[in-house]
Amino acid sequence: MHYSPGTHPDLPAPASTVGVRGWLVHNLFSTPLNVGLTLISLYLLYVAIPPIVEWVITDATWRGETREDCDRLGACWVYIRVWFKQLMYGRFPDDQLWRINTAYIVLLLAAIPLFLPAFRHKHWVGLFLLVVYPVFAFVMFYGDTAGLELVETPLWGGLFLTLVIAVTGIVASLPIGIVLALGRRSQMPIVRALCVAFIELWRGVPLITVLFMSSVMFPLFMPEGVNFDKLLRALVGVMLFSAAYMAEVVRGGLQAIPKGQFEAAQALGLSYWRMMVLIVLPQALKIVIPGIVNTFIGLFKDTTLVLIIGLFDFLGMAQAVATNPDWLGFYVEGYVFVGFGFWIFCFGMSRYSQRLERKLHTGH
Amino acid sequence: MTEEVRAESLAPAAREMTVSDEVMIQMIDVHKWFGQFHVLKDINLTVNKGERIVICGPSGSGKSTLIRCLNRLEEHQKGQIIVEGVELTNDLKHIEQIRREVGMVFQHFNLFPHLSVLENVALAPIWVRKMPRAEAEELGMQYLERVKIPEQARKYPGQLSGGQQQRVAIARSLCMNPKIMLFDEPTSALDPEMIKEVLDVMIELAQEGMTMLCVTHEMGFAKTVANRVIFMDGGEIIEQNEPGEFFGNAQHERTKLFLSQILAH
Repeated sequence: MHYSPGTHPDLPAPASTVGVRGWLVHNLFSTPLNVGLTLISLYLLYVAIPPIVEWVITDATWRGETREDCDRLGACWVYIRVWFKQLMYGRFPDDQLWRINTAYIVLLLAAIPLFLPAFRHKHWVGLFLLVVYPVFAFVMFYGDTAGLELVETPLWGGLFLTLVIAVTGIVASLPIGIVLALGRRSQMPIVRALCVAFIELWRGVPLITVLFMSSVMFPLFMPEGVNFDKLLRALVGVMLFSAAYMAEVVRGGLQAIPKGQFEAAQALGLSYWRMMVLIVLPQALKIVIPGIVNTFIGLFKDTTLVLIIGLFDFLGMAQAVATNPDWLGFYVEGYVFVGFGFWIFCFGMSRYSQRLERKLHTGH
Repeated sequence: MTEEVRAESLAPAAREMTVSDEVMIQMIDVHKWFGQFHVLKDINLTVNKGERIVICGPSGSGKSTLIRCLNRLEEHQKGQIIVEGVELTNDLKHIEQIRREVGMVFQHFNLFPHLSVLENVALAPIWVRKMPRAEAEELGMQYLERVKIPEQARKYPGQLSGGQQQRVAIARSLCMNPKIMLFDEPTSALDPEMIKEVLDVMIELAQEGMTMLCVTHEMGFAKTVANRVIFMDGGEIIEQNEPGEFFGNAQHERTKLFLSQILAH
């Protein structure tokens, strides 16, 4: 078609570049190779998805009390329902479960304001969560004071134990890791050497070794009669182990901060710690949010290793109940359920980190 | 824009600036090495209150290093540097004391990108001068008005142009109420049309009697504002003179060569 200058009408964009059709053409059918790959993928989905849906939902047994109620065509979610309490709380006494639930609820209520953009006093909530809440949670879980009866840590288990270990490790590893990272870049040779030695030592051994050492070797070095709780020893091990990883993640962030930022801070007369806390760390930590969350997620899943020192976390509990003589052969349901549980938490952390990254973005 | 045109446009702003007898900075036989490289050789320099000194010279001549020694961003190995009667040594107390009184503006601005413009300028008064936040922010706004960008206070540095960022950086230094200002090639990273807005702020500062040391290639600025121009080459001060003599009647061959190179284009 021919138009004289200045008379070209505003035509709509070609149909093949916009809308559903444009998207399909652009993303799925742009070349013969992509057409082939798309068709193969569709076929694989067609083969794989219906059986999964059948097993998980349509053929699954949802109601009942015993294994006889399950016809074994699909998943037997009755199994999960029967053992739900054990999977969630381990062997925590039934009449004391309210203590755990109360601690959960307090945690959730306290965390809600952190997600409200308009809420102004976030630092007080943060202070509460970091200082007051751990004490509160410890009293609630362990008891033995304030009229609460003692619940020994061997009775702790299930998702509850997983959360205790993971949250302790996560909350403690970040500050310890930051201090180690700063130490590793320190001008002071002794501080630097100590930090390097600590990081390389803990990072150089498998977590399983750390847990074994804490549960088997450590008591041998203690004087007779002195004994620390097994869970406490495992917690300290997990904490220091993840702190070493965290230190290296944070160091990556510190190295990404341009020299000019340090110089500008120094030129204004800021002291070392003010410079670090006000200028360098906020930027460095922001850069390494993906790395930090990556380490958190890894740590969260690594807590399952405490099984080998006889602590029954979420996964450990699923394995333990699978050996119940009345319910032999239902381990698949248990693993699927536990896997899903882990996925929820890890996915949640991932989403939160992305949200945080967007929020902290200041256009540079 | 040529040097001449810019010098013209700046001309009415300058002059009538007084220099007192009070000594602000003294450098005595200062040497500095970067490893084997002898970057400052036997520097002797006295700066009086109210002086506007422009330091120029080819790249690698040690001019940035010289002014960075004055607030101990670089450590000298030999000689004495005395700023406001306090000698710079390894004593952290003295270093921080001097840094509070000496402002510095960098080639690449070095604003804190995670803080808003207002937070950038109010930060040091709050944390170094222990000023209440409200008061510091008010002070920050005053200086942002002086550099003519109060409307950008809530933005982040990444959202500003280079010239605006450099003016914020100047305001950030001024908020500490410094007695001396060091400028390390403040306009070298700027697009040509933004250079003037930054130079205008610096000229105003000079008119108010600020003691200034400025590493720059803006010869127009040197001609109109400086009371002394220093030429450095190979880590040494080759020549220093008042601008008229310096530009019109350079004594050393190296100075003449340098001037012919930068004024030729």
